[in-house]
Amino acid sequence: MFGYYFGLGLRSLRRNPALTALMVMAIGFGVAASMTTYSIFRATSNNPIPQKSDELYAVQVANWKPADLSKGEPPDALSYTDAVALMRAHKARRQTALYPVGPSVIPEDASRLPIRESTYAWYGDAFAMFDIPFRYGGAWTAAQDEAHAPVAVLGKSLNDKLFNGANSVGREINLDGHNYRVTGVIDDWNPQPVFFDATNTGGFGEPVGLFIPFTRAVEQQMETIGNENCNADPGQGFDGLLRSECVWIGYWAELPTIAEATSYRQFLHGYAAEQQRAGRFTWAPNVRLRNVTDWLDFQKVVPPESKISLLVSLGFLLICLVNTVGLLLAKFMRRAPEIGVRRALGASRGAIYTQFLIEAGAVGLAGGLLGLVLTGFGVLGIGLVFAPDIARLATLDVSLVALTLLVAILATVLAAFYPTWRAAQVQPAWQLKSN
Amino acid sequence: MAHIQPILAALRRHKAGTVLIALQIALTLAIVCNALFIIQQRVSKLMRPTGLIESDILAVENRWVGVTGEVGAARTRGDLLMLRGLPGVVDASFSNSYPLRGGGMSLGVNKDPDAKKPIAQTTIYFSDEHSINAMGLKLAAGRNFLPQEIRWMAPNAFEAPAQVVVSRALADKVYPGGAALGKPIYLSAGSAGSKPSTIIGIVERLQVPWSGTWASNFMENAVMVPFQMSGATGSYIVRAKPGSLADLVKTVRAQLIETNRMRVIPEKNGIRTFAQVREHAYQSDRGMALLMGVICVVLLAITAAGIVGLTSFWVGERRKQIGVRRALGATRHDILSYFLTENLLIGAGGVAVGALLAVGLNLWMVSQFEMSRFPLTYVAVGVVALLALGQAAVLAPALRAARVSPVEATRSV
Repeated sequence: MFGYYFGLGLRSLRRNPALTALMVMAIGFGVAASMTTYSIFRATSNNPIPQKSDELYAVQVANWKPADLSKGEPPDALSYTDAVALMRAHKARRQTALYPVGPSVIPEDASRLPIRESTYAWYGDAFAMFDIPFRYGGAWTAAQDEAHAPVAVLGKSLNDKLFNGANSVGREINLDGHNYRVTGVIDDWNPQPVFFDATNTGGFGEPVGLFIPFTRAVEQQMETIGNENCNADPGQGFDGLLRSECVWIGYWAELPTIAEATSYRQFLHGYAAEQQRAGRFTWAPNVRLRNVTDWLDFQKVVPPESKISLLVSLGFLLICLVNTVGLLLAKFMRRAPEIGVRRALGASRGAIYTQFLIEAGAVGLAGGLLGLVLTGFGVLGIGLVFAPDIARLATLDVSLVALTLLVAILATVLAAFYPTWRAAQVQPAWQLKSN
Repeated sequence: MAHIQPILAALRRHKAGTVLIALQIALTLAIVCNALFIIQQRVSKLMRPTGLIESDILAVENRWVGVTGEVGAARTRGDLLMLRGLPGVVDASFSNSYPLRGGGMSLGVNKDPDAKKPIAQTTIYFSDEHSINAMGLKLAAGRNFLPQEIRWMAPNAFEAPAQVVVSRALADKVYPGGAALGKPIYLSAGSAGSKPSTIIGIVERLQVPWSGTWASNFMENAVMVPFQMSGATGSYIVRAKPGSLADLVKTVRAQLIETNRMRVIPEKNGIRTFAQVREHAYQSDRGMALLMGVICVVLLAITAAGIVGLTSFWVGERRKQIGVRRALGATRHDILSYFLTENLLIGAGGVAVGALLAVGLNLWMVSQFEMSRFPLTYVAVGVVALLALGQAAVLAPALRAARVSPVEATRSV
């Protein structure tokens, strides 16, 4: 019966090609606009580390007086004083302080120009915390952190550039004129949004190419290449910065259980209270512990453009559907005489329902296919609308293809309910008489 | 204008179709008004001038390898000498940032050293006596820096300088009435008791490095300080002679590397013409305007097509009645105006609801995103546009209806 109704539907659609084309186009455009903008929204609101997003926590401690805070929230980053104190306390299972630095890599081959890679200074624990896969070797040790050791972990692309992709563990690289021994090379790792440093990256960016110990970077007086916010003059030089209340260091703690998170929160509160007793803070403890998803929300990594365009596109799809309801109504009601004859010859209301819903489904399928093609173009052209770092995240994958077709068919069938109901209400006697 | 009473009576027999067209018009109005407003906001944002002679300017991001302090400063001075000596170059300068670059320094400004809250927020540009000429700024009052006023210092050793050149917007904000020249301002990084800086010059316009919404309330507040940064990083601003920018873009990297190769100029975005800087800064604004524009056009087309479709159906359905009316003496014009009036009535209902929806949607967007409320002229223009669109869309089917011959009345089907 399905095949027969499908055939009937196709024949009916062929009868008014203009009307059919209009419906297919409305659905195609509506679905394509929604799916293209959804692909961006999906990418920007992605959970970058789903297996651990509620075990990793960003730490904030208010080291500024309440008047300097925005909306009472502690600053996005920590001062050096607080970061070092928390590292020393070592209260979480794993923890790391981190900041972006900008050393240049000087290739051994003197004919080559220096290279600049995105570089982070952090602790050896960070690799395990963030589930970073290693290709060769591994992280540096806690003892090396302690010793400010000149060691480094390379990203895949830097290892390709310097060592042609060979196992470089144990070899040395030259950063700003100092040698660092390679302890490991990581595999592809580029979580988007860049949760561990959403503050400085805005959430999206190129993969990190190089990691060095936090303690070493500070010893070398490497300045942050990210934000450095001060509520007072930090004084002269790097030492002034280290002693100041300027905030520039990100801090993450791994707390796998709720109990650990609770006790860490208490520890932070206690730490701030202790600072208050010591006279450094003249305000009540104000600390935050946010897991990955809360942190990304708080940092507002989803660009407002992505939300606005998705909303406008959904409104567009809604209008296309209202349009389709109207056109289907026109189309179905024009066939009232035919329905009358079919009902008179014994077709039940159910049969009329099935026939017209299948016909609508066919329109939806055609609209979906058109929508798929247009979504493809949309994803290709998304670079015209969004910055490259975000635009490249939008991909037409299997799930988006399936969703496009599903939304198109579902929306059309939904839109067909009212016209079909009207069609099924046709009184056979009335139609036969008026003819 | 045909009599409205019989039209309303007829519409009551087509409730569903009437409601659908009205609903479509209402939703379209709501979305188009808001989309147009977004376009206007974004376009006016990206049209803002920076104050620079943008067509002739090149920006270079430089980082020395493995040097700090005075060694870096000496190399930077060498670069500046080389750049200023290049054929095709008008002037070159060195700074921590420049308009639309995206990263820079901002401070509060006061005219009273003991004030708790700053009068205005401003950006700080590290400058020398060449900066005004290199950016092509217009000095509106006062004088430029003198070579002996320039000091080289570490970027984090910032302290208030004795002389500053400020943008007109900031001068007028701190000293309303245009009396800022020669007056002191206080630049504070949150520390009390800072030293006064005398305004020695005012430039017509100079934008901040940021293009985001957060900087929109101090977009043109800039202070040029007579400092140059020692150390490893900074940006060169090179002004080419008219017409020689394209050649300069091709050769400048090689020239710099020849001067000293222990440096990194990023492959991507290390050397940009100001046109590229502008494009990069406003990419998402331009994209948003484009997307909203496309959506508006397609939306209006689909709504118009929908009206054509449904009205055609109605005309087809009523051929017999039209024939009867014509046979009873109605002119073609009567039939035409019947359908036009019918559409106008539906459209009026639609835009009435749509205007409310448009305002509601705008208010909701204001609460959710950093947007402002739109002036009601948008709704007014949208209402007129949609009513006109409806009339245009209904014209073809209505003309077809007007051509129905009175003979139709006598045919049975």
